[in-house]
Amino acid sequence: MCIAGPSGSGKSTIAHCINGLIPEFFQGKAEGEFTLCGKDARTLDVFEISKLVGSVLQDTDGQFVALTVGEDIAFAMENDCVEQEEMRQRVKDAADLVGMGAFLEMAPHELSGGQKQRVSMAGVLVDDVRILLFDEPLANLDPAAGKQTIELIEKIRKQTNTTVIIIEHRLEEVLWRNVDRIILVDNKEIVADMNPAKLLSENILKERGIREPLYITALKYAGVEVTEDMHPEHPSALILDEGNIEKVRKWFESVSVKAPAPKGEPVLSVKNMDFSYNETFRAVKDINFDIYPGEMVSIVGRNGAGKSTTAKLICGFETQDSGMITLNGRDISDDNIRLRAQRIGYVMQNPNAMISKTMIFDEVALGISKLGLSQEEIQERVNKALIVCGLYPFRNWPISALSFGQKKRVTIASVLVMGPEIIILDEPTAGQDFKHYTEIMEFLRELNDAGVTIIMVTHDMHLMLEYTSRALVFNRGELVADTTPAEVLCNPELVEQAALKETSLFSLSNKCGIENPVDFVNRFIDYDRRVRS
Amino acid sequence: MNKFSVKTVVAIGIGAALFFVLGRFVAIPSGIPNTNISLQYAVLGLFSAIYGPIAGALIGFIGHTLIDLSWGGSPWWSWVIASAVVGLVAGLPSKKFGLAEGNFAGKKVIAFAIVNAIANAVAWIVIAPVLDIVIYAEPANKVFAQGAFAAVSNSITAIIVGGLLLLAYSKTIAKSGSLKEED
Amino acid sequence: MSAKTVLNYIPKKSVIHELTGTTKLAFFLLFTFASMLTYDTRVLVVLMVISFSAFFLSKIKFKEVRGIFLFLLIFLLLNNFFVFLFDPGHGSDLYGTEHILFYITKRLVVTQEQLFYMVNLTMKYFVALPVAILFISATDPSEFAASLNGIGVSYKIGYAVAIALRYIPDIQRDYQAISQAQQARGIELGKNERLWNRLKNSINILLPLVLSCLSRIDTVSNAMSLRGFGKNKKRSWYVKRKYTSKDFAAIAFGILILIFSLVVTFHDGNRFYNPFV
Repeated sequence: MCIAGPSGSGKSTIAHCINGLIPEFFQGKAEGEFTLCGKDARTLDVFEISKLVGSVLQDTDGQFVALTVGEDIAFAMENDCVEQEEMRQRVKDAADLVGMGAFLEMAPHELSGGQKQRVSMAGVLVDDVRILLFDEPLANLDPAAGKQTIELIEKIRKQTNTTVIIIEHRLEEVLWRNVDRIILVDNKEIVADMNPAKLLSENILKERGIREPLYITALKYAGVEVTEDMHPEHPSALILDEGNIEKVRKWFESVSVKAPAPKGEPVLSVKNMDFSYNETFRAVKDINFDIYPGEMVSIVGRNGAGKSTTAKLICGFETQDSGMITLNGRDISDDNIRLRAQRIGYVMQNPNAMISKTMIFDEVALGISKLGLSQEEIQERVNKALIVCGLYPFRNWPISALSFGQKKRVTIASVLVMGPEIIILDEPTAGQDFKHYTEIMEFLRELNDAGVTIIMVTHDMHLMLEYTSRALVFNRGELVADTTPAEVLCNPELVEQAALKETSLFSLSNKCGIENPVDFVNRFIDYDRRVRS
Repeated sequence: MNKFSVKTVVAIGIGAALFFVLGRFVAIPSGIPNTNISLQYAVLGLFSAIYGPIAGALIGFIGHTLIDLSWGGSPWWSWVIASAVVGLVAGLPSKKFGLAEGNFAGKKVIAFAIVNAIANAVAWIVIAPVLDIVIYAEPANKVFAQGAFAAVSNSITAIIVGGLLLLAYSKTIAKSGSLKEED
Repeated sequence: MSAKTVLNYIPKKSVIHELTGTTKLAFFLLFTFASMLTYDTRVLVVLMVISFSAFFLSKIKFKEVRGIFLFLLIFLLLNNFFVFLFDPGHGSDLYGTEHILFYITKRLVVTQEQLFYMVNLTMKYFVALPVAILFISATDPSEFAASLNGIGVSYKIGYAVAIALRYIPDIQRDYQAISQAQQARGIELGKNERLWNRLKNSINILLPLVLSCLSRIDTVSNAMSLRGFGKNKKRSWYVKRKYTSKDFAAIAFGILILIFSLVVTFHDGNRFYNPFV
C-alpha cells in the first residue's frame, strides 16, 4: 500500500505515529484509536513498536550507523543481546534476501545510495516485523536504483508476507510494481483510499498536487477516457482499444513542436579535459562539449560517472590535469575559484550547506561585499537579485523562517548577485514534491529566459525532459552522449548507462504504433508545458 | 553513565567527529610560525553549551584522542585530559543556557564567553602543565609558557568564533514570531 | 577517506592481529601507564625491547608507517629543543649533580645530567610508540566500540566512539564542499586575510557545518531508537571475537610489565634512575 500526498500534507506525521517516533520524540496531543497487530498502540513504547514495524528512513546515511554492512544489519540484534552465532546467521540471511550478501565487510562510503538502502532494509528484516514502513524511499536514488528498490520491496513482500507501507509522492515510480491500495493525504486529511486503477481514472491527483504518471496525462490530453477496466495502473498492463489508439495518434499528429533557437558562438567550451583524484582512478577522461548562450542543459549519469567532477572542474574547485576550459573564447584554466565565481555561479544541492548568514540580505550580499563596491551599489545589486528571485518582500527576514524552496532561492540569489553568465546547479529539486519542483523549475526557466545560461547536474528524468533542451550523458568518466533528452530516454542503451528509467511515454507510443517515439515524447512535453502555464 | 539518552550518545559521537575533522584537517595560520588556530575549541564550547558537561568532556576526550592516534602516536594524555576539562567546564551552565529547549537569549553570550575563558584557563594553565610535570617531569617554566599560550589562543578562538557561532545558532533556533512581508 | 584510513588500519595475518581488540586495547593502556609512570632508564630500555619486538611480530613493515615515525621524530626534537631552551639546568635539578660538558652561551649550559634527562624523556615517549602504532594499525576500527566495552567502559560511550569513526569521513566531505562554495564567494581562511578576518570568515564555514551536524544528530538518534539502541543495560557485539589463551597470556604479560616497572622504579623511593651518584 502507498500513502501519497504533497509536502506538509501530514503523511510524515502518519508515518511517525506508525513507527512510534510520535509520541517518543515529537510531542503533541493525540486523540482517537490506533491498534497495531491487535494491540492498543498507545500502550506500546517505541522499542516494542520497533519489533512490529520496521522503518526504512529517507536519509540512507543517517540510518547506516555502523562501520560496515554486517555490523549495521546486526545493529538491532546487538541491542537485543542476541548471541553472536545466531546473529551471524540472521545477518547472512537478511543480507542475502536484499542481495547484499557479498558486501558484508564493506564500509558505507564504498556503497551507492541504493545499496545503503538495501542494508537498511536488511537491518529491519532481521526482526520478523509485521509491517515494513518506507519513508520516501525514492527521494535520494537515481531512477534505475529506484526501480530496483520497488522490485526488491515486492520480492520481500512476497517472500516474507509482510505488510508494506510506502510513503511516496512519486506515484509512477511506485506503481512500477503491484500496489493494492493508495491513500491520498492532503491538508492533514485522507482524501482518497482506493485501488490504483480507480485513483488514476479520476482527476483527483492533479487537484491535490501529485504528479500523474505521464502516460495517463498523455491519454487524457488525447481525449481518451481512462477507466478502471483499462488497467491504467501500469503502462504494460494498459488495455487500449482501436478507438483510443486512434485518438492518441490523431492527437500526436495535431500537436506541433517549436523549432530550436539558433545557437551562435559557445559561451563555455570544454576541450580534451582529463582529471584524476589519485593515481589509480581517472575521474574524467577526454571530455569535450560546448555550451551555447541561453541554453538550459542537463548533465546526467550514475553516481561516480564524472558529472559532479566536471561541474567542479568548471568552477575551479579542482584543477584539470590536462585540457582546456574556455569562457567566451578565453582560457580560464588559470583563474582561481574566486575569479571564476564572478562569471560561473555554482549552487549546491543542499541550500543549508551554503547559507552562512542568519539574515537574507547579508547572505545575498556576502559574495560582493569583498569587491570594494560602495554601500549603495551593494544595496542596489542585492535588491535586484532579491527582486528577481521573488524574495524582496522578505529581505529583512531571518533565513531560518524560510521554507526549503525559499532557501534554495536565497542561494540562487547569492550567486546571481555576482552577475554570472552561467549558473551550475547540483540537483536543484532533490527531495521536492511536485508543487515545489514546479515552482523551482519555473523560476529557473524565467531566469533562463532572462538570458542566464543554466547547467544542471541531475538524476531527475522529469526535470531533464521537461526543462532542458540538451542532455550530456556521462558514464565511467566519459561523455557518452550529447543529445536531446527525449532521444536519451528512448534509447535503452543510454538509459542503462545513465542509470535512468525508460519513460512510460515510450511504452505508450509503442503501444499506439507510433513510429517515432522521440517525436511523440517531444510533442507531449511541449504540449504539456503550454497546458500547465 | 548508562543513563545517557540516545541523543546524547549520538551528540558525543558526531561532536567528536567534528572536533576531529577541524583539529586534524583544518589549519588556519595564527600568524605565529607553525601554530594554527584550533577551531575545534570553538565548536567544543558550543556543543558543551548545548549538550552539557559530561557530553562536552567526552567530546573533547574522544576527539583529541582520535586526533593523536591518527597522527600515529600514543596520545599525549595530559593534553587529551585538558581538552576533556575544557568541555566539562564549558558545559557546566548548559541548563541555564537552555539551548536544547530553544530559549536562548542573546545576552547569555557574555556568560558563554566568561565560562569558556575559565574553561580554557583551567585546562591549559593548570591541568595540562601540572600533568606534564607529574608524568613527564618537564621543566615548569616551559610547560607553563606553553599552557599560557594555548590558554590565550584557545580562549580567543572559543570566545570570538564560538560566541559568534552561538549567536548565529541561537538566531536559527529562535521562534520566527510575527514577520511581515514588505513592499 | 574511510574509517579504516582515518586511523591507518593495515589488515594482515599475524599473532598480533589475531588478538582481540579488547586485549590490544588493554595491553596498550597497561603499557602506556608503565611508560608514563616510570623514569627509570633500565625499565625504559626493557620496555623498548618489548615494544619493538611486538612491532616485529605484527609483520607490519617499517615503510608502511615511516611517515608517522618521521612526524613524531620532528615533534620530539622540537619538544627537546624547547625543554633545553626554557630550562637547561632542569637535569641537574632532578639528579642533584652538575657535570658541565660545554657552554653555548652563559645561560645555555650543556650538562651530562640535562642530556641524560632529555634522552629519558624522549625514550619515555618513544617506547610507547610502536605499541601505539600496533594498536592502531592492527585493530579493526569496527572492534573499537566492543573493545572499550570489553575493558569496562559503558557500551554507550563505546558506541559514541564508533559513531565518531563512522561519520568523520562524511563530515570531512561536508567541510570540503562547504568551504569550496564559500571560497567561490571570496571567503578565505589563508594567509591572504588578516587574522581577525580569518576568524570571522571561519564562521561562514562553521555555521553551515555545525547546523548540518546538529540535524544529523537528530536523524541518527531517531534511526538508532527505531532499532532499539539503549533499551537494555548490555548489548552484544557482532564483531567481538572470542578470547583465546593467547589473549589471556598477552593481558597477563601486560600486567606483569606494569608491576615490574613499578617495582623496579619505586623500590628505592625515587622515580629516577640516577647514574651520577
